[in-house]
Amino acid sequence: MKLDFNRVTEFVMGDAQADRVVPPTGFTASLTVFSAGAMAFLAVFALALSMATGRLADRWGSELARSSTIRISAPEGQIAAQTAATLKILETTKGVASARALDPDEQRALLEPWFGPDLPVDTLPIPQLIEVVEEGEGFDAGGLRLRLSAEVPGAILDDHTRWRRPLVSAATRLRMLGYISILLIGAATAAMITLAANAALAANTQVIGVLRLVGARDSYIAQAFVRRFTLRALTGGAVGTVAAGVAVFLLPAAQEDGGFLTGLGFHGWQWLWLLVIPPLAATVAFAATQAAARKTLKDTP
Amino acid sequence: MGAEVIELENVAYSYGGGELLSDISLKLQAGSFHFLTGPSGSGKTTLLKLCYGALMPTAGEVRLFDTDVRTMERDDIADARRRIGVVHQDCQFLDHLTVADNISLPLMVSGRDLLGESANLKELIGWVGLKARADALPPELSGGERQRAALARAIIMSPDAVLADEPTGNVDWEMSQRLLRLLIELNRMGKTIMVATHDLALIRAAKSHVQARVLRISNRRLQLAGADL
Repeated sequence: MKLDFNRVTEFVMGDAQADRVVPPTGFTASLTVFSAGAMAFLAVFALALSMATGRLADRWGSELARSSTIRISAPEGQIAAQTAATLKILETTKGVASARALDPDEQRALLEPWFGPDLPVDTLPIPQLIEVVEEGEGFDAGGLRLRLSAEVPGAILDDHTRWRRPLVSAATRLRMLGYISILLIGAATAAMITLAANAALAANTQVIGVLRLVGARDSYIAQAFVRRFTLRALTGGAVGTVAAGVAVFLLPAAQEDGGFLTGLGFHGWQWLWLLVIPPLAATVAFAATQAAARKTLKDTP
Repeated sequence: MGAEVIELENVAYSYGGGELLSDISLKLQAGSFHFLTGPSGSGKTTLLKLCYGALMPTAGEVRLFDTDVRTMERDDIADARRRIGVVHQDCQFLDHLTVADNISLPLMVSGRDLLGESANLKELIGWVGLKARADALPPELSGGERQRAALARAIIMSPDAVLADEPTGNVDWEMSQRLLRLLIELNRMGKTIMVATHDLALIRAAKSHVQARVLRISNRRLQLAGADL
C-alpha cells in the first residue's frame, strides 16, 4: 500500500474550521489522554522486560553452551591425582579448547553467596571443579563421560544442558510474555479509545444530525472525531512513554554479581524503541476511532 | 419552469408497522413554489425528509436531480443535500459556534475557502437582518432570529431548492411575513421552494405575491388543496 504523504500531512495539520464543528468533550478527552498515557507507560515496561529477557536468553544460551564443568568427587588423597588424570584426558579430547582446575579462591567465591565469606574451603570435603571451554562444534559429551568413568571414577561431567535448557526456555517464554503483554496493552488501548469515541459520538448525535443536514459527508464527520482522538492518544502516549523511559533509566544499573532484575531496561539502540510507542498509540487510536465512527455513522440514518 | 429538482412517484413510508404516507406523487420543478399543509402529525415533516434523502421510502421512488435515492451512495446523498437547503422546524444549530459560523457551516463541510466567501457571507447575514447578531451564539437568539439564521444557512450554498419545515412556527405575524418575503425573493431568484406549514393565513398572504401550488396531506395521501386556499 502506497502511503499518501499529502493526506497524512493534511490529517496531522488538520483543518482549523473542521476541528471546530465538534464541540470539546470534557471527560472523553481526559479519558483518552489518560488511557493512552497509562498504556504507553505499561508498554514501555513490557518492552523493557522483553528486551531484558531476550538478552538473558541469548547470554545464557551462548555462554553456557560454550562451557562445561567436571566435578571430581574422590577421597581426599586421590583428588589431585584424579584432577591431573582428567586434565590429561581433556587435553586429548576433540572439541575442548581449554580446561583448568579452579583454585580454592575461585571455589570459595562460588560458594560464598550460600555460605558466606569465611568458608574454610580447605577443611571441607568439597569436590574439585574443572572448567572446560569448548571450541568448534564442541566435544562428544557421551564419549567423554564413558572415558572418564573408565579412567577417572570420581569425575562427573556436567555439560550444563540439564539446567541450561529450562533457564533459556524460561527466559524465552518470559520474552514472549512481554510481547503478548504489549499486544494486550494495544488491544486494551483500542478498546478504551473505542469506548471513549463511542461515548463522544453518542454525545454528539445532534452535531452529526446538523452536519448531515448541511451536506457533510461521513468521511468529513468521521475525520473531525478521528483526528481529535488520534492527537489525544499521541499526546497521552508521548507523556506516558517519557515518564516510563525516565523510570526505566533510573532503575539500578546491571551489576556483575547482580540479579536478573538489575538488568531490566534498554541498552544502546534499544532506547530507540521508545520512539515507536507514541505513534503506535496514535495509530491504534486512529484505527479504533475510525472503526467506531464509521459504524456509528452507518447506523445513523 | 424547468426540469424536476425533486420527484416522488407512488411513494409510501411506513414506520413502526404503520403506514404514515401512502401513494405520494409529487414533482418539484425548478423555480416552483409549493406549500405543504395538513394537520399536525399528518406527515409533513416526513414528506420533507423524503424530499432531501433523510428518509428512504418504503415503496415507490424518490428522485433527487433525476437520480433515484436508493441507487445513491451516502456521499452522493450528502452532495445532493448541498443543492437542497433545509430550514428545520427547530433550526438545528451547533450551539458552540457563532451565528456567522453556523451560517457558513455548509461552506465548511464542502471544503470551500471561507476567506474567499466572507464577502458573500456578510452580504447574506445583512440580507436576513442579522448583521448585529453575527457573533452571538444560537441560544442567545430569538425565535425569529433563529429562523432567519437557519434560512441563511440553507441558502449560503446557493442551492437549487429550499425546503422549509414550519419556518414561521415559533415567530409572531410580523416576523412570519418577513420570512415569507425572503422566501418569495429567493423564488424570484429561481430557487425551488417548498414550505410545510399549518398556518393557512400565511399561505393566503403568500398567494397574493407568488404563484404557489398548495398541497395538503390528508389520510396519508397528498392532494391539491381546494380553492379556499
